[in-house]
Amino acid sequence: MYISHSSLSLLPSAPAIQIRFILIQNRAGKTRLAKWYMQFDDDEKQKLIEEVHAVVTVRDAKHTNFVEVRQKDLLDAMSFRNFKIIYRRYAGLYFCICVDVTDNNLAYLEGIHNFVEVLNEYFHNVCELDLVFNFYKVYTVVDEMFLAGEIRETSQTKVLKQLLMLQSLE
Amino acid sequence: MPAVSKGDGMRGLAVFISDIRNCKSKEAEIKRINKELANIRSKFKGDKALDGYSKKKYVCKLLFIFLLGHDIDFGHMEAVNLLSSNKYTEKQIGYLFISVLVNSNSELIRLINNAIKNDLSSRNPTFMCLALHCIANVGSREMAEAFAGEIPRILVAGDTMDSVKQSAALCLLRLYKASPDLVLMGEWTSRVVHLLNDQHMGVVTAAISLITCLSSKNPDEFKTCVSLAVSRLSRIVSSASTDLQDYTYYFVPAPWLSCKLLRLLQCYPPPEDGAVKGRLVECLETILNKAQEPPKSKKVQHSNAKNAILFEAISLIIHYDSEPNLLVRACNQLGQFLQHRETNLRYLALESMCTLASSEFSHEAVKTHIETVINALKTERDVSVRQRAADLLYAMCDRSNAKQIVAEMLSYLETADYSIREEMVLKVAILAEKYAVDYSWYVDTILNLIRIAGDYVSEEVWYRVIQIVINRDDVQGYAAKTVFEALQAPACHENMVKVGGYILGEFGNLIAGDPRSSPLVQFNLLHSKFHLCSVPTRALLLSAYIKFINLFPETKATIQEVLRSDSQIRNSDVELQQRAVEYLKLSSIASTDVLATVLEEMPPFPERESSILAKLKKKKGPGAVTVELEDGKERGELNGGGDRGGDAAIAASNASTPSPSADLLGLRSTAPVSGTTPSAGSLLVDVFSEAGPSATSAGVNDDGFLSSAPPTVASEDPAPPLPESDELLNKFVCKNNGVLFENQLLQIGIKSEYRQNLGRMYLFYGNKTSVQFVSFNTTVSCPGELQSQLNVQTKTVEPLVEGGAQVQQVINIECLTDFIDAPLLNIKFRYGGALQNISLKLPVTINKFFQPTEMAAADFFQRWKQLSQPQQEAQKIFKASHGMDTEVLKAKLLGLGTALLENVDPNPENYVCAGVIQTKAQQVGCLLRLEPNAQAQMYRLTLRSSKDTVSQRVCDLLAEQF
Repeated sequence: MYISHSSLSLLPSAPAIQIRFILIQNRAGKTRLAKWYMQFDDDEKQKLIEEVHAVVTVRDAKHTNFVEVRQKDLLDAMSFRNFKIIYRRYAGLYFCICVDVTDNNLAYLEGIHNFVEVLNEYFHNVCELDLVFNFYKVYTVVDEMFLAGEIRETSQTKVLKQLLMLQSLE
Repeated sequence: MPAVSKGDGMRGLAVFISDIRNCKSKEAEIKRINKELANIRSKFKGDKALDGYSKKKYVCKLLFIFLLGHDIDFGHMEAVNLLSSNKYTEKQIGYLFISVLVNSNSELIRLINNAIKNDLSSRNPTFMCLALHCIANVGSREMAEAFAGEIPRILVAGDTMDSVKQSAALCLLRLYKASPDLVLMGEWTSRVVHLLNDQHMGVVTAAISLITCLSSKNPDEFKTCVSLAVSRLSRIVSSASTDLQDYTYYFVPAPWLSCKLLRLLQCYPPPEDGAVKGRLVECLETILNKAQEPPKSKKVQHSNAKNAILFEAISLIIHYDSEPNLLVRACNQLGQFLQHRETNLRYLALESMCTLASSEFSHEAVKTHIETVINALKTERDVSVRQRAADLLYAMCDRSNAKQIVAEMLSYLETADYSIREEMVLKVAILAEKYAVDYSWYVDTILNLIRIAGDYVSEEVWYRVIQIVINRDDVQGYAAKTVFEALQAPACHENMVKVGGYILGEFGNLIAGDPRSSPLVQFNLLHSKFHLCSVPTRALLLSAYIKFINLFPETKATIQEVLRSDSQIRNSDVELQQRAVEYLKLSSIASTDVLATVLEEMPPFPERESSILAKLKKKKGPGAVTVELEDGKERGELNGGGDRGGDAAIAASNASTPSPSADLLGLRSTAPVSGTTPSAGSLLVDVFSEAGPSATSAGVNDDGFLSSAPPTVASEDPAPPLPESDELLNKFVCKNNGVLFENQLLQIGIKSEYRQNLGRMYLFYGNKTSVQFVSFNTTVSCPGELQSQLNVQTKTVEPLVEGGAQVQQVINIECLTDFIDAPLLNIKFRYGGALQNISLKLPVTINKFFQPTEMAAADFFQRWKQLSQPQQEAQKIFKASHGMDTEVLKAKLLGLGTALLENVDPNPENYVCAGVIQTKAQQVGCLLRLEPNAQAQMYRLTLRSSKDTVSQRVCDLLAEQF
């Protein structure tokens, strides 16, 4: 990413853990959640969404859950190429997290699963439609668990308790 | 158990979403959306005050429409109103809208910040969190200015709720990343570090991200975190799987926190305090031990969480690189994973082992896995896993296993994915060169490479084999014999013809004694390939032929015959024709002595860093190349001769060192390009005989950057602006941010903001290579008149830019009076010894100092009439060069800086705008009218202002935008 201030702290020397974005897409490529932690303009976002869909949907169970994005594959604007996409498929939905190439793959892979389990509990057997009709609540769940591109809270009990409390508020 | 029903709370929203989902076509969807937008607009504009619920519902609908990908240009005010509601659900929607659709409208920012301020001081933890999340999501500089002082206080205050602390820590992290200058930790440092001791694991989880970021920037100030992190880690690692309750994930205690702790420790060297270090080593051993224990669950979540910690621990062990015992244990553990049934684990083990291979303690241990890795290269289904296997083979290669590894990589190449072939070729070439004990093996390997993957053999690779053959006389005879044999194949790759032509031209005499490879046989063999080759290769072959005339006088008649044939001497390609003419002439008029001097054997090449290695580094990016080609001994061996690589080109007599024969032949006047272009990027163009324009550009293109740099690359004076700099300038007339310039080495991004007659521009210089730029220097100058029109100030940047790093430069601009030219930005630096010198125009244009002016139709027409003198008007009629989409046009006109006036022009197709240009000397009012003609795909643009130069300039600038 070329100009955002935040990229200044993403120099290779700094072991800054940072999520660039979280995407939930269905198999047809419809976005069910896009949460951006770096500044992209609208065209860049659209391009990223399309390219993530293209690289992720062609992979099967024999593939890893990681896609290291090589130069020119994705946006030129992100040509420093120090990022990767960690994804997991749940039925027809792909949950994708874009992180630094040095970040811990398995920690984020389980971070996705932890998030999905919270959604599942919160929406009582979550399905794609829940995410569509309650999109504004999904953002709240994300903010409880991930903030500023970092993992904020990992305890499902704590997150659900907080969500339940918020749910009871008018 | 919490569960929510579909769209609960807002029925209207759920109905709307259902409607959209039921739309059969895109058109239907747009129609439904437009209807809804009209409805919402009328509600917002209506006389009846909306209650909080309705406002929330409509704002939420707008948000949904925006997320579907449609533009939203109203509703911001209503969203801001929601922020001051005292109902959570209304506030939440307000904040969400603001976070997703950040608007830099300064008036709104003030209101938003006000609302945030109120919520932060509300002592209501729910509201505080909402406000903090909004700051963390937006992270703008204005917010940093407003809240960077307040948030640390909230973070460390004794009475702050845990959840608020979590949000405050990460909010602060975001502000620090965005505006490090505004976040001053000073007095808070020690209290922030002590959050590592907090009872609430969630607070530690959040705070540690902040601490890690701050530590990596100021390691000394935060070094007390090391012992705290170690004891925290130790408590987690030694706890039973159920101790941590809420934070136990599939029987693994606090996996994410453990990873974060281990990562924080990677900001520091091993602890000096013996007790701390002992405790840490114990932790790492425990983690390694646990990997051997039987799993507590069969679920993949369990093993993933456990292994996440294990891999992070191994990263720390590798980072320390000081505990041989741990390194070897790590290596053995990874060795087990190499055969694991989980693809993820095999992939990660290969990746992690790659770094272990470069440690002296574990290199040997890594090597024991060679068979498994080779097997992975052959059998893995996922190309990225095979890629990692190839990386690891490359990293574990040394003299003892080079032949095996190179052979395996060569055989893999035959079936390798196209996407990784070029990289594989580079790796094989590097290993073959680096570990060659006998150079006949090296020559065989490279020729094999060309045979197997000729298309992927870049010029660097075949240049390099020629360099080495020329520099080592013990391999020349073998090379000649081998290429001669390789050329016998009925179909051989063009790169083989190039190498063959070059080597036989130089050393064909070494095999000429054998009647099976007599001079004439050699010539006929080469010439049989001639007609199938591209122009540059033919040019090379012609040079080989003239060399033959010198080596083997008996071939002279045959070769002269060939040169004299119409297909050569009248070739439509000017380079081939010129060579044929000149070589023919040279061979007929020069005496044997002159001929022998001109066509003398090439002198040894000066040894430089292998260009192949440089290329691989470029492909793989920073840090990816672990094997360095810096073996001094080998360099000595290779470096057979003096530093006189540049003076022996045969035909391309260098213009700077004129030789009598060159003058004689009139070469200098006919081939001015030869030899005059510095060939910093490629190794051979300067010495190589194919020095015509085609060859020069071929050599240079490979390094890309030279082709975009002006021919004065080697000069210390600022280069003239790039030819495309006007075009680059035009790109920024209607926008303030983006990439200004990019080549293979450097990317320059721009962010700028303007207020009144002042501007501030942030330039971001990104080093795209893995090699540092030295003597990096940038200057901004105002040529000629501009000096008195603009006041531009800037600070110098650091002279070193590390590979992969980005440096920032701030430029302050004051507009004194209106102006036309743009300031020049000159960037100079050395990359691998070669001076780079680039000049660009800074996108500072007069329209940046526009203040939008809203006015009613009557006012507009009155002023329009007032500006009726002919010189006050500038007009252009021009063809549309882009689509004539309304929204795009509007965005551009707004980007210009003027106010777009609705309902002014009687023709709704037209656009009128008004603005005032603010300069120190005066204000210049400007009116604009743009009349599109969709049928003719034309525009008429009219500008009127109180100053003729301004009208003209704005008109010129804007006419380039549509």
